[in-house]
Amino acid sequence: MKIAIASGKGGTGKTTIATNLACSIADMGKTVQYLDCDVEEPNGHIFLKPEINETQTITISVPQVDAEKCTGCGKCGHICQYSAIICLKGTAMTFEQLCHSCGGCMLVCPAGAITEKQKEIGFLEIGTANGVKFGQGRLKIGDIHTPPLIKKVKANALREGIVIIDAPPGTSCPVIEAVRGADFVLLVTEPTPFGLNDLKLAVSMIRELKIPFAVVINRSEPDEQLTNQYCRDENIEVIFEVPDDRRIAEAYSVGKMIVDVLPDYKKDFVGLYKNISKRLEGTQRNKTT
Amino acid sequence: MKEIGIISGKGGTGKTSIVAAFAGLAKNAVFADCDVDAADLHLVLEPKVKQTSDFSGGKQAFIIAEKCIGCGKCKDLCKFDAINLNGKGNDIVGKTFTVDPISCEGCKVCVEFCPVDAIEFNDQINGQWFISETRFGTMVHAKLGIAEENSGKLVSLIRKETKKIAEGQKKDLIIVDGSPGIGCPVIASITGADLVLIITEPTLSGKHDLQRVAQLAVGFNIPVLVAINKYDLNPEMADQIEKDALEHNIKVVGRIRYDKAFTKAQIMKCSVIEYTCSAVSEDIKALWRNVIYALG
Repeated sequence: MKIAIASGKGGTGKTTIATNLACSIADMGKTVQYLDCDVEEPNGHIFLKPEINETQTITISVPQVDAEKCTGCGKCGHICQYSAIICLKGTAMTFEQLCHSCGGCMLVCPAGAITEKQKEIGFLEIGTANGVKFGQGRLKIGDIHTPPLIKKVKANALREGIVIIDAPPGTSCPVIEAVRGADFVLLVTEPTPFGLNDLKLAVSMIRELKIPFAVVINRSEPDEQLTNQYCRDENIEVIFEVPDDRRIAEAYSVGKMIVDVLPDYKKDFVGLYKNISKRLEGTQRNKTT
Repeated sequence: MKEIGIISGKGGTGKTSIVAAFAGLAKNAVFADCDVDAADLHLVLEPKVKQTSDFSGGKQAFIIAEKCIGCGKCKDLCKFDAINLNGKGNDIVGKTFTVDPISCEGCKVCVEFCPVDAIEFNDQINGQWFISETRFGTMVHAKLGIAEENSGKLVSLIRKETKKIAEGQKKDLIIVDGSPGIGCPVIASITGADLVLIITEPTLSGKHDLQRVAQLAVGFNIPVLVAINKYDLNPEMADQIEKDALEHNIKVVGRIRYDKAFTKAQIMKCSVIEYTCSAVSEDIKALWRNVIYALG
C-alpha cells in the first residue's frame, strides 16, 4: 500500500506527518518504508536520523555527438523540443541540462553519430531508522531533473508492506511524479488563507489524477474554520487535525519527532493509519464487486 | 533598474508575506509572482487584472483513433510511459492507442515515427498569465493549469514581461516572489537577478534547506542575503544559522519575530505592515532598509 503525503503550499507539515506516521506504523510491528521524494530539499532524514548503508549515484541518458560522424544535417535539432541539441556551423551541440532523455535525436540521426551517455543528476540513499526502511533522493545542486530523480527513488518502493511517500510542495510535474501510483494521498494544509488557496489547487490536481485522498489540517485552531468549511462543502474528509501546539513547533525546530516528545500523539497516528487502510479496503471491495 | 529575487529553499517560511510587506514599502517598483505552482501573492495585493494571455510551454501528441493501425511503434519508443492501448476501435483494429496527456512530455518521437501519420502534435495551453494593477503598483502573475509542467518556462516569461513593464514605467526595482525548492522554477526565478534574499526559519529543516539554496544562488554568481523569520521561536538556532552563513560570507540582514499578525493580515487581505504598527512591522522595515542598502 502506497500513501503519498502532499500539499500545495510548502511548509505545512508534510514531513512531520510522513515521518511520524511511518514510525507509528513501524511500532505496530508492520513493514513500513519512508521514501523522501522532496528531492530538492529532503528533510525526512533530520527527524528519522537513518543509518545510511547504500548510496547510489543516479544518472539519466543524454546524447553524445561524434563530431567525426556528424554531417551537420540538423535533423537532431529539428526533432528536439527542448533545445537540448542544436546544429550550429555544421555540427551538433548538446545542452544536457535541458534534455528530457526522449531519445529522439538518436533515433533520427541518419549518420549514427549520436550515442547515449550518462549524466549525474543526484543521489539515492538507502538505510534504516528505528524499524522504518528509509530511502531518499538528493538532487545535485544546480540540476533541474527533479522528476526523473523522483522516479528513480520510487523504483525502490517495497512491493509488500506500507510505503510512505513524502512529496515535494506545489502542483506541477515533481508532485505529479511523486504521487502517481499512490493508493491514497494525504493533503496536508494549515488553516490560513494561503494554505486554503493552495489546498484548493492541490485538490484539483489529485482529482485530475483520480486518487482517493483526505485532508490533514496542521496547526489547527478551533476558531479557524474556513478550511473545515471548504472541505465540508466539497465533500472532502478531514481525516486528522494536529492542534497548534508550541511544544510541537519546538520539537520540530530541533529535529525531534512528535511521537517521541509527546507520546500521546502516537495513538492518533496509529488511528490515522488504520483509518486510511480501512478506507482502502472499502475501495478494494467496491472494485471487486 | 534592479531586480531582487526572494526565495526560501524550504516552503512556508514567510516569503510571500514578506514580499507583500515590501510591496507596500517600495516606492517605485513592479512585482512578479513567480511561485506559479502555488501562487498566493494575489491574495494580499488583490490585483485588478488588465490583461490576460495564454501560456503555451510546448506541444503534445494526440493519436487520431480513425487512423491508428495498432502497431504499437509509438508505445515502444515512448520513454515516458505515456501511450496506452485503451482507445476505441476502428475499421482496422479492435483497440487503438491513446496518449495520456499527464505523462506526455511533448517530445515528438511518436509523431515522427508513426508509420501512418496518425499522431497530431499541437500547441498546448499550460496556463494563463496576467498583467494587473494593485494598490502598490503593477504586478505580473500567472496560473499554471492543473497538473501541468513547464513551470520554469512560465517563470521566465513572467520575468521577461515584468522587466518590459518596469522599463516602460521607468521603475527602478522589480521584486520577484519565487517558489520553494532548488529546481527548475527557482533557477528560472533568480538567474540574472541583482540580489537574492533567502527567507529562512530557525529550525534544523530551515537551516539544512538554506544551505542548499544558498549554494545554488552562489553557484549562479548572485549576491545572497539571508533573513531569519520567526527567529525567537528558537534563538539559539537563529544564532547558529547566522554563524554558518557568515562562514560562507553570507550576511544575515534581518531577524523578524514570530507574530500571529502574519496570519491575521492574510485573513484581512493586507500586508503585515498595513495590519499592525507593532514591533514585527519594525523588524520588516529594518530588513527592507538593509536590502535596499545592499542593492546600492
